[in-house]
Amino acid sequence: MVKKILSCLDKYTIYAILCPLFVVIETVLEVFIPFYMSKIIDVGMANGGDIAYISRMGGLMVAFAVLSLVCGAVAAHFAARASAGLAKGIRKKIFDRIQDFSFANIDRFSTASLVTRITTDVTTTQQAFMMTIRSVVRSPVMLIVATVMAVRINWQLSTIFFVALPFLGAILVIIAIRAFPRFKYMMKIYDKMNGSVQENLAGIRVVKSFVRGDYESKRFAFSADEVKHAQIRAEKLLAWNMPVMQITMYGTITAIVWFGGRFIIGGMMTAGELMGFISYVSQILMSLMMLSMVFVLLIMSRASVARIAEILDEVPDIADDGTETTVSDGSVAFENVSFSYFKDENNVVLENVSFSIAAGETVGIVGGTGSSKTTLVQLIPRLYDVLGGTIRVGGKDVRQYKVAALRQAVAMVLQKNVLFSGTILDNLRWGNQNATEEEVVNACKIAQAHAFISSFPDGYQTLLGQGGVNLSGGQKQRLCIARALLKTPKIMILDDSTSAVDTATDSKIRAALRGNHKDITTIIIAQRISSVCEADKIIVLDDGKINGIGTHETLMRENAIYREVYESQQEGKVTA
Amino acid sequence: MRPTTKSVRKPQNAKKTLKRILSYLDAYKGRLPVVAISIIISSTAGVAGTYLLKPLLNNYIVPFIGQQSPDYSGFIRLILVLVLIYASGALCSVLYSRMMVDISKGALAKIRKDLFSHMQKLPIRFFDTHTHGELMSCYSNDIDALREMLSQAIPQFFSCLLSFTGVFVMMIVLSPYLTILAVLMLCLMLLVVKKIGAKSAGFFRAQQKSIGALNGYVEEMVEGQKVVQVFGHEDKVKKDFVALNEELCTSATNAHTFANILMPIMGNLSYLHYALTAVLGAILALQGLSDVGTIASFLQYTRSFAQPLTQMSQLFNSILSAMAGAERIFAVIDEPIEADNGDVVLEKKDGEWVWCVPGKETTYVPVRGDVRFHDVTFGYVPEKMVLHHVSLYAKPGQKIAFVGSTGAGKTTITNLINRFYDIEEGTITYDGIPIQRICKEDLRRSMSMVLQDTHLFTGTVADNIRYGRLDATDEEVIAAAKIANAHTFIMHLEKGYDTELSADGGNLSQGQRQLLSIARAAVADPPVLILDEATSSIDTRTEKLIEKGMDKLMEGRTVFVIAHRLSTVRNADAIMVLENGNIIERGDHDDLIKSRGKYYQLYTGMFELE
Repeated sequence: MVKKILSCLDKYTIYAILCPLFVVIETVLEVFIPFYMSKIIDVGMANGGDIAYISRMGGLMVAFAVLSLVCGAVAAHFAARASAGLAKGIRKKIFDRIQDFSFANIDRFSTASLVTRITTDVTTTQQAFMMTIRSVVRSPVMLIVATVMAVRINWQLSTIFFVALPFLGAILVIIAIRAFPRFKYMMKIYDKMNGSVQENLAGIRVVKSFVRGDYESKRFAFSADEVKHAQIRAEKLLAWNMPVMQITMYGTITAIVWFGGRFIIGGMMTAGELMGFISYVSQILMSLMMLSMVFVLLIMSRASVARIAEILDEVPDIADDGTETTVSDGSVAFENVSFSYFKDENNVVLENVSFSIAAGETVGIVGGTGSSKTTLVQLIPRLYDVLGGTIRVGGKDVRQYKVAALRQAVAMVLQKNVLFSGTILDNLRWGNQNATEEEVVNACKIAQAHAFISSFPDGYQTLLGQGGVNLSGGQKQRLCIARALLKTPKIMILDDSTSAVDTATDSKIRAALRGNHKDITTIIIAQRISSVCEADKIIVLDDGKINGIGTHETLMRENAIYREVYESQQEGKVTA
Repeated sequence: MRPTTKSVRKPQNAKKTLKRILSYLDAYKGRLPVVAISIIISSTAGVAGTYLLKPLLNNYIVPFIGQQSPDYSGFIRLILVLVLIYASGALCSVLYSRMMVDISKGALAKIRKDLFSHMQKLPIRFFDTHTHGELMSCYSNDIDALREMLSQAIPQFFSCLLSFTGVFVMMIVLSPYLTILAVLMLCLMLLVVKKIGAKSAGFFRAQQKSIGALNGYVEEMVEGQKVVQVFGHEDKVKKDFVALNEELCTSATNAHTFANILMPIMGNLSYLHYALTAVLGAILALQGLSDVGTIASFLQYTRSFAQPLTQMSQLFNSILSAMAGAERIFAVIDEPIEADNGDVVLEKKDGEWVWCVPGKETTYVPVRGDVRFHDVTFGYVPEKMVLHHVSLYAKPGQKIAFVGSTGAGKTTITNLINRFYDIEEGTITYDGIPIQRICKEDLRRSMSMVLQDTHLFTGTVADNIRYGRLDATDEEVIAAAKIANAHTFIMHLEKGYDTELSADGGNLSQGQRQLLSIARAAVADPPVLILDEATSSIDTRTEKLIEKGMDKLMEGRTVFVIAHRLSTVRNADAIMVLENGNIIERGDHDDLIKSRGKYYQLYTGMFELE
């Protein structure tokens, strides 16, 4: 998991390596400063004083401090670089992966959860990484170098460290080990509590209409108390960290003063050395403290890393391993196709569907809600893969094409369509980046959109808000049709895409399509019989199975469902 | 949800907010002084202990050098004092940090509960104008920031302040000359903190902007992912994303560089200070103006001089942003709750539900389900009316259907009946009583709603059905499930009625969830039923199956039905066709077909609903 995340560093790896190196230099320099201080006291001040020696040592210390400052600043910059680079890499990888997802993959994650992963979770990971590369090296290096220095000053006195360090280390580890499950539990019920708030918000109308406000508050109070107790249990343990650290530090200092004092009196040590020694105590113990803090932070960020890894591990459902790059014509054939959203043979929404459409034909699909009309057409551009059977486009199995080539040839106007923020022209050019103005206007004329676009003061340059909020439903649908037309597809699929357009405009669109694009295979899903009755062929779907195929006339004669639908729409129609 | 990245947001009214946060600590009044004293002792102990280095060195260690058998008793006594000071310091640390855990968690739990229970009382209008993400961030980000502030930032800030002051005082006591150096260093450090702070704030704002741009793009593209794929635009979208991502990377690098740089700079300035103190101290000692003990103590102090300063500048920012979060929480808690002046309550009398109408003489009106609108005009926002002069009546036991395109005002009418919103003009009566007079809770208790978006809660299937009436027996739950035709599929679930449903019933199909919410309404057994597109997610075949159950459910109740499928409303007693907030046609199916109006057009497919 961590390896996968780290691989996102890419060209920023160099900074991730350089940063700890500079941290090492910074740390070593810091450790040497107290050493020279002890020299000033012991050598410089001895025998009536040696100002030259004091200034030499002083100059060295200042130089070390300045150098250490520079290294520290450089390391800080590199840490920022590496972590920002890592975040960039992860975001790119997630985003690219989402682009490669099939519809089935997208269905599995909610939009909100995908967005959170690419934003909040990445930020958390970035912070944790930054802390880690700065402190993980610093603490051990500080620990080792400072200990070595202490031993060099006086090895007997440094035995105090060898008692204090394992003592502090052991207690910190014990606290961390005991705290970990408590934190894990706390986070679990914390998530649960937040989950219940989310649920409450989503269902607030249900809560209100059943007058369950008090009941919900009581339930929430229970979870809030549960969280409180879990937090107290976890954090009370952690509250020992600081005092334990203080006890160790104070104890060590006292011991050093006691034993060190006696050494000095006995002439085995100097006062300066004792002072240097005391400086090392705080350096060493602080570094241990830092280490345990980083440890806690890493634990906290684990959940985010796991959520990111979940996306990176999600295998795109549709393997793009076809080789064909051109779709020769717009013919479509279904051979014994069955499909399930769950890849489960017992839960199929399409069963043994077979039919064929010749290039250039217009085909209507009718059927009740839940009869899988949308599912059926989404299989043509391979938005989902079939469970069984084969779909051929242009005579070849759709899986033989490169996905991009196949989708280039199939234009589809989805039921739930989306316009993006930008101008109308930008949105239309989604269909074809290089479309000339003339081509754009032409497509809009066919889709009966030119008139209303021209009526806007800014015409094609009118800015749309996200999701095209400033347009009516029918206008949006017509723009979406024009956008699809600009792709100059071989197959055009309209999935109930004129539902908000009135009948007259609807028939104008169909007439224009027939007149201008005879060679395009057109597949129309519609509720209205009038939208499909002129089609070359009409497919009647019922509960995922084909109930009948034929022209309007044959179906009227032979197909009960079709006749029923037709009659329900004709009922009482004016006979004129 | 728009993620909020840590940034320094300033609170609007810091003093008032702080006071209000502290008011949550009132319950711990007895313990707070103990905490305060512990913090004082703990920070003073560190400062005092270091000071003892001077007498130890000057009075005992240095004079004893070379002595054969020095008198250790004074030395031992001073060491014991040192132990005592340090021990009490450590003890107080334990005391206050553990007490603060209790106090802060208790206060947080109280804030959470206040927030939640207040939220339950807010009008629907509030939820219309606030996104879930916004409200959720009160529970997560804002309360987390408060937790940091209460349990860490505030005690640490005080302890840093005390240490800093203590150290400074001791420095003056130890050596005025060396203190002058310390003050000069302090000025330099403050300058650095200020410079870096200002730079970093600018870069953080830039970063915030890039984050906003990137998040907006991601949200839009993930939302429209299916369209991106249908048009094969993946590569173009990836390219656009790279540009935004690159920009964020640059601004994040800048922002974090300045945030990171503070620690090493301050840390090493402190070493510089340390070095200069050693040199100056040595020279002073040679001049006879100082001594080894003083230098030893002073050197220790220089190390603990810069650290609280750096820490305080960081803590201050985190306190500010926690207060900004607290203001958002308090803003929700201060929202006015749903107004309810109703004095008419629901009562059970001789086994029948009655409205208890207080007055000179309390009268009892049986609950029958007679709902009348008289000249009702309403808009969600004052500028835009959604309903215009709507009048209608539903006699007890009648089935009233609303038909019309999206935005015509169908759902609005039902939202007015249960007073999710209050009307501006006109009157609505329920069994002859103006609904404003009826206690809101009782009004809602007397009617059940089945909405298009079903909402199930985490819990078992039985729990979810029982949500309609908490004291329903198992038998009643099963009976309700049978009415909704849900019993069969429930029995096919792994544990039947005891099957745990995951968040919002993810393991059920949309249709199955719909059936459960119908069962929930059935178990509530109210005189009035509102079905808002209740069967829209159920396929036509299943709809046929539950038709019988629905008929049984509707029997004897006043029912308001909103449906997309006209077949669902055909047998209604009255059908209202709505357009732009006006009832343009009314009558039963046959009347409306005969009159050849809008309904007729809809029915014959000449005009489609959106």
